[in-house]
Amino acid sequence: MTGRPSTPSQTVGPYLAIGLVWDDGPDVVADGTPGAIWLRGRVLDGAGDVVPDALVETWQADPDGRFDHPDDPRGPVVREGFRGFGRCPTDSTGAWAVRTLKPGRVPDGQGGLQAPHVDVSVFARGLTQRVVSRLYFGDEQEANAEDPVLAALADDERRATLVAAPSPDGYRFDIVLQGDHETVFFAV
Amino acid sequence: MAGLPHYRPDPQGTHPPLRSPAYASTALRAPLRPPVDLAQRLTEVTGPVLGAERVGPLDHDLTRQRDVAPQGQRIVVQGRVLDGDGRPVPDTLIEVWQANAGGRYRHASDQWASPLDPGFDGLGRTTTDSQGRYRFVTIRPGAYPWRNHHNAWRPAHIHFSLFGRAFTQRLVTQMYFPGDPLLAHDPILGSVPEGARHLLVSRFDLERTEPEWALAFAFDIVLRGRDATPFEDEDDE
Repeated sequence: MTGRPSTPSQTVGPYLAIGLVWDDGPDVVADGTPGAIWLRGRVLDGAGDVVPDALVETWQADPDGRFDHPDDPRGPVVREGFRGFGRCPTDSTGAWAVRTLKPGRVPDGQGGLQAPHVDVSVFARGLTQRVVSRLYFGDEQEANAEDPVLAALADDERRATLVAAPSPDGYRFDIVLQGDHETVFFAV
Repeated sequence: MAGLPHYRPDPQGTHPPLRSPAYASTALRAPLRPPVDLAQRLTEVTGPVLGAERVGPLDHDLTRQRDVAPQGQRIVVQGRVLDGDGRPVPDTLIEVWQANAGGRYRHASDQWASPLDPGFDGLGRTTTDSQGRYRFVTIRPGAYPWRNHHNAWRPAHIHFSLFGRAFTQRLVTQMYFPGDPLLAHDPILGSVPEGARHLLVSRFDLERTEPEWALAFAFDIVLRGRDATPFEDEDDE
């Protein structure tokens, strides 16, 4: 079958807040949900300056490692009050935050399990297409040590850019778009 | 795990490189390292199923969201959302945003000396139908200056955001208008490889132009296609 060419990506530009900000965007789960955690961080550019006009989106499994999606061969699982998806614009300090539940482990397709993780997209003025990363959890050393995605990275320094540090109300995950401490970004 | 879909990577020449020197804002924001290949697993081939629950009854009509009608040329923008094999992408959320007829955005950072329009917010949402079709009613946005280089002007455009069926299909793009003389001078459209730029230019659609009411423009959007045969891992004979 002859494929159709995909529509090219374009930057979200500086005014993404008009179109892509939802009041409940950061609420993967509602306030007061038992077990809720905050994933918080900043987006930084190649000069170390904060990026105040980015959008961070997250997608993840539920605490049992399940998805409400027809293409999960284990079958879709609806978890009441859990959207799986979060989005938050950065503020004037480059900060973003998403309230969610910690995901469970998800099969790796080869008989093993991936470590708990959240897929992350970042959009911004000056990004001609989104950049994609993964957030792992700093208190999951054992699971992280056997995760195939982390294992394939070149060294501990690179791996460390994907591991969110525990914080008083959840985990902290800064995203560095460019430079010596650049976050690992993926081609999916 | 048998039966996971696999989304084909887009070939070189599809998307703009992150580092696009003519678009000055890429200089400090484009990652320096090449991206690491991530095999598609469950998290990547699933995605948020967002649809009608996020869309209000007038969200598709940007000319009817305020008490007064907006200034400018009323237009219909419609088309289909397909995947790379021509299959419609049904029931998927589309979000759009744009400047008003004078090229001004309703955004605190936009200081362009053209007035805000009390009849226009510039935000629209809809979902595709079972055949992947969508339709917005809006006004034709204006061009506006920006500071990328001397005498830089953005061609008229509408921002589009789509989710598709999977995390891999997420796309944000911009739609342009045919015949706009600014298209040849825009470093953002120009960041797209030359052979693919035409895919972002809508087509004037006389057939769907509504007599005595609105010009129509057609803009089809193609998201990444899936392999025709189910993907199977080697140890899953």
